[in-house]
Amino acid sequence: MTGTWIAVLATAGGCYALKLAGLTVPQRLLARPLPRRFAELVPVALLAALAAVQTLASGQALHADPARLAGMAAAVAALVARAPFLAVIVTAAGTAAALRALGLG
Amino acid sequence: MADQAGQQPVPAPARPVRDGLMLGLAVGTSGLAFGAAAVSSGLTAVQACVLSLLAYTGASQFALAGVVAAGGSLVAGAASAVLLGSRNALYGLRLAGLLQVRGPARLLAAHGVIDESTAIALAQPDGASARAGFRATFASLYLSWNLTTAIGALGAGRLGSPQSIGLDVIGPAAFLALIWPQLRAGWTERGVGLLGAVIALAATPFCPPGVPVILAASAALAGALADGTGGGPAAPAGGLP
Repeated sequence: MTGTWIAVLATAGGCYALKLAGLTVPQRLLARPLPRRFAELVPVALLAALAAVQTLASGQALHADPARLAGMAAAVAALVARAPFLAVIVTAAGTAAALRALGLG
Repeated sequence: MADQAGQQPVPAPARPVRDGLMLGLAVGTSGLAFGAAAVSSGLTAVQACVLSLLAYTGASQFALAGVVAAGGSLVAGAASAVLLGSRNALYGLRLAGLLQVRGPARLLAAHGVIDESTAIALAQPDGASARAGFRATFASLYLSWNLTTAIGALGAGRLGSPQSIGLDVIGPAAFLALIWPQLRAGWTERGVGLLGAVIALAATPFCPPGVPVILAASAALAGALADGTGGGPAAPAGGLP
């Protein structure tokens, strides 16, 4: 039990230290074009990866849940139609929920 | 709040507080899943709540619970959980210039650097909106994540499935919506987003959950190098091309 507590607190401390480290890196390091462009593109790469993994994977298995795919397709359609952010989210969740309620998910 | 003060028209993406609050509340409900998973994997309810309060980064928390459930080494569990937190450091690199926080404010802001707050902040057209969006997302997601962790840890079994109301689609749809303006901004952004998604999906069967997303950072490096060799300085992002 004590070991588990140590693991819990070490995880919390390590995760916080990493968050703080990112904010603390001297900005002049990012003044050079390559590091600056890398820092700009990192969120695009990571958030696109998260969206893909949360859509198409469950655990370590790749798996296409039909209702979830339909929800994401609805989100893309809403984005192409220039819907505001909240409308995109509600459309996506509503599509998935409706398909599951109909037993199609 | 000075939201009403400005007379100039507000551009469409500039609703940082409302968007941040709603995203935080909606995504924070997945704390239910974490609380339930943590307790069923052998953590106590108090340990689950302490993780949500102090670690406050979902992927790392699930990773530690997963290793505890599998009976794995606690050192390996904590190490992989912290490794998964490294993407927050990368977000911090990008956010530091936008948030402009120093001293105690930086110590507090650091705790809020996660996927959702970063995505909302970066989707805003200017620094003030970015800061407002970051704070709103941090506050609502922190409250909702911790509250639902406690509920999930104390009595998860009786709650309905979050999937039945489509909550599992909110995260990915939100991330896509929030990087959409950047995907529209240029070929490099589109290439980096696509490559990041492909790398993460390709790595998924071979890596523990969470690691594939970290590997996707290499797509950003490829994009930065491609721009660098294309000649001329990189164009500033975060606006129209």
